[in-house]
Amino acid sequence: MSSITWIIIAGAVLTFLTRIGGHLVLSRFERIHPRVEVALNAVPAAVLTTLVAPAAAEADWRGLIALAFAGLVALRFNALTMFLAGGAVIILLRQFS
Amino acid sequence: MDEQIYQRQSVLADPGRARTQFWEGFAKGLPIMIASAPFGLLFGALAVDNGFTVFQAVLMSAAIFGGASQMVGIELFGHNVPAWLIVFSIFAVNFRHVLYSAAVGRRICHFKPLQSALSYFLLTDPQYAETEKRAESGKPVTFIWYLGVATPIYVMWVTEAWIGGLFGNLISDPHALGIDMLLPIYFLGLVMGFRKRDNWAAIVTASAVVSIIAYKTIGSPWHVSIGALAGILMAVIVAKPEKAKERS
Repeated sequence: MSSITWIIIAGAVLTFLTRIGGHLVLSRFERIHPRVEVALNAVPAAVLTTLVAPAAAEADWRGLIALAFAGLVALRFNALTMFLAGGAVIILLRQFS
Repeated sequence: MDEQIYQRQSVLADPGRARTQFWEGFAKGLPIMIASAPFGLLFGALAVDNGFTVFQAVLMSAAIFGGASQMVGIELFGHNVPAWLIVFSIFAVNFRHVLYSAAVGRRICHFKPLQSALSYFLLTDPQYAETEKRAESGKPVTFIWYLGVATPIYVMWVTEAWIGGLFGNLISDPHALGIDMLLPIYFLGLVMGFRKRDNWAAIVTASAVVSIIAYKTIGSPWHVSIGALAGILMAVIVAKPEKAKERS
């Protein structure tokens, strides 16, 4: 099997473990240590930011405008609206400028 | 009102209600299915664009069933990142499910073991949110209701990877369509979604600055783990332990 297929299988097994593991492991403890909870809460924003920031640093001005516009839209609207707005801006800028 | 709720819970096992409960769940799953459709299609198209076959794209959607982590996986694969790090990143993005899992356990503890295993497999962000809402409203969280929510989301998610994958083969000029910016925009949306959390700005700033520096100096893929670690460290440093204690 190709490496992609192995990555998918291993990723799927680990993903399932996160989905069932919280119940299996955390339910055995009375409570989580506050610092651990703070760290866990920070995980999604911390990981996902690293996928945006370098791309923004490398992007052309059109990409930056699309990102900035999408970020503003996200303040008021849901994720789907924000995504469609950002996508529309980048496509329009790349087509016409 | 409360008495009525308890009465309703006592008829949980009535098989005549199973069909109604499935469709009640289905009605909750439908809007989630519609909202996730563009991302399911985009995933299929980008996966093929990054070197996956259509079959592999479908397999990933069917086996992992977690949009953000799948996007991270194909993005890193396109950067020639070592396999173990891609797997670890998928794990890291999905790690939040540990918390859902711990929280939802008390809602679905009456499921049979196999039902329970399947339910945890299907535990996505919106599934978690709907289950918590259902439990808080006092209505019974049954396995058949839970399946009703998950079925439209799962079936369409897998189908979209296939359709998107077929479409991805047709994209001749990804740059003109802004394909390279779509994932960063999508991830920015997810980051913005967490902005109500404690110290969000500090975490995001630390992750952003450190990941850019790491990207320019050490290079990809290490900017992901190093940047993420910086954000988490920032959270631990600036957190007020007293406040966290009060909440737990």
